[in-house]
Amino acid sequence: MSSIRLSAAQMGDALAKGEITSVELTNQHFDRIAEVDSAVHAFLHLDKEGALAQAKSVDAKRAAGEKLGPIAGVPLALKDVLTQKDIPTTCGSKMLEGWRPPYDSGVVTKLKEAGVVILGKTNMDEFAMGSSTENSAYGPTHNPWDLTRIPGGSGGGSSAALAAYEAPLAIGTDTGGSIRQPAAVTGTVGVKPTYGGVSRYGLVAFSSSLDQAGPCARTVLDTALLHEAIAGHDSRDSTSINSPVPQVVAAAKRLDVKGMKIGVVKEISGAGFQAGVQTRFEESLQLLVEAGAEIVEVSCPNFDYALAAYYLIAPSEASSNLARFDSMRYGIRVGDDGNRGAEEVMNLTRQVGFGREVKRRIILGTYALSSGYYDAYYGSAQKVRTLIKRDFEAAFTKADVLVSPTAPTTAFKIGEKSDDPLAMYLNDIATIPVNMAGIGGMSLPCGLAPEDGLPVGFQIMSPVMQDDLMYRVGGTLEAALNSKWGHTLISQIPDLQVR
Amino acid sequence: MAAISRDDVAHLARLARIEMSAEELDHMASELDVILGAVARVQEVAGGDVPPTSHPLAMTNIFREDVVKPSLTNDEALSGAPAKVEERFKVPQILGEAE
Repeated sequence: MSSIRLSAAQMGDALAKGEITSVELTNQHFDRIAEVDSAVHAFLHLDKEGALAQAKSVDAKRAAGEKLGPIAGVPLALKDVLTQKDIPTTCGSKMLEGWRPPYDSGVVTKLKEAGVVILGKTNMDEFAMGSSTENSAYGPTHNPWDLTRIPGGSGGGSSAALAAYEAPLAIGTDTGGSIRQPAAVTGTVGVKPTYGGVSRYGLVAFSSSLDQAGPCARTVLDTALLHEAIAGHDSRDSTSINSPVPQVVAAAKRLDVKGMKIGVVKEISGAGFQAGVQTRFEESLQLLVEAGAEIVEVSCPNFDYALAAYYLIAPSEASSNLARFDSMRYGIRVGDDGNRGAEEVMNLTRQVGFGREVKRRIILGTYALSSGYYDAYYGSAQKVRTLIKRDFEAAFTKADVLVSPTAPTTAFKIGEKSDDPLAMYLNDIATIPVNMAGIGGMSLPCGLAPEDGLPVGFQIMSPVMQDDLMYRVGGTLEAALNSKWGHTLISQIPDLQVR
Repeated sequence: MAAISRDDVAHLARLARIEMSAEELDHMASELDVILGAVARVQEVAGGDVPPTSHPLAMTNIFREDVVKPSLTNDEALSGAPAKVEERFKVPQILGEAE
């Protein structure tokens, strides 16, 4: 009997009770990956040897009576933007093909300490730039709900792995929605913690002031368990917050929102959102009212400028961060024939190593930062960032958490928007404000859109270092939805048609 | 008038150290023109009285004790090098290049 459809919490219980070993559980997941990943393409690299060694070690510790954490021995899929010692780390780019980092990222160090079994690295838009995983240099990932559709991005591989039961836990990173939007379109849960809540050490930088690693899973509780395992101060990340980790597991189990004020942000719902997305969002609000919460409408007028500001700030930081890929110390090198100089080799390497979207953003960022345009573009975008922060501050005086649909539409078809960058950028309209302000954001599934039968995401935003609030609301809403449906949403996913 | 020309893109590509074919330059110029047209609206609300935010959280500089700790060995640091010689990164000629 396969255990792959259990939640991570249930797997942890079964392991603790000795009903299954971590080695068995890990092998079941590798079997599943072998069965379906040719169709889904969630993984770029599998580390069977390392995973089974970790599983064996956890089993041995358990047999010796050692006290282990709640997800010790549970398998996980790691987004390929975080370093894991000696394991290929490509960031979905040709630039890093074949690179094996000589050190573990902060997140991986914590995962190993928690006894989590890392199955392999997941596919992503190149250097986390994208909303569909189509920008991977290694080919797209397919949405397990409908293989002709995108799994979201940039962390489409991690979310698809969860939805396809290839792993019960996954790590994503979120710069403008790359954890939450893939969660929304795959019917899974994803959390972008407060900026600084989880170490960025060893997270290959895209936009340093926005990037944040976080947990992904199929249930709110599983997400919370993973959140607590990876959160906390890391002296190797100068932006890491040195204060106690919010008690998100207790919050996820609380199942009570009586007296809470939940703010609906006027500017990121309604007009411009797919009808079925809006319907499921409003039904969820009703369930929260029935659970004892009060719904208030809040206005954040400057959110209308968030997308524009984001597509200046993120490319600007990216143009600087990606300057490190110079073909000198690691990564590929092209055209070094003994005659060409360093600069020419650098130019040729970056032409071949970077894909279209990455080049587009580097050039855009270089422009926004260049003398003569800096004030008009990057400078103005930074001011908008201030206005967005102020909007959040005002809104949080009226509500404990803020909510919206996570993404304006359900999963679109692979190829549908790949030639229209602006249309693609609009996917992030509801998720970007959270990153601009550094606050926490969660997406959890709230139903299938009536018109296409595809998952819809419900976004919850909580103030800085009060991540527990979004788990409290998310856990309550998930329980109310499951009780209304009589099942979980993910259990309704069609069987994968694998040739 | 276009906000960004093909020549502008060629200049930016040189600054960013990315070789681009004529076709790439054409494509990039037209795409960037559309994107810049859309993002320029940040200027509508960015008044002189609004301070810029460069980072989400208020932060102060952090100092650490200046103590020697274990770090990567030479071999580890060189493990991903495209070329190496005598425990060093080997790179193409840097000096004496024609501009």
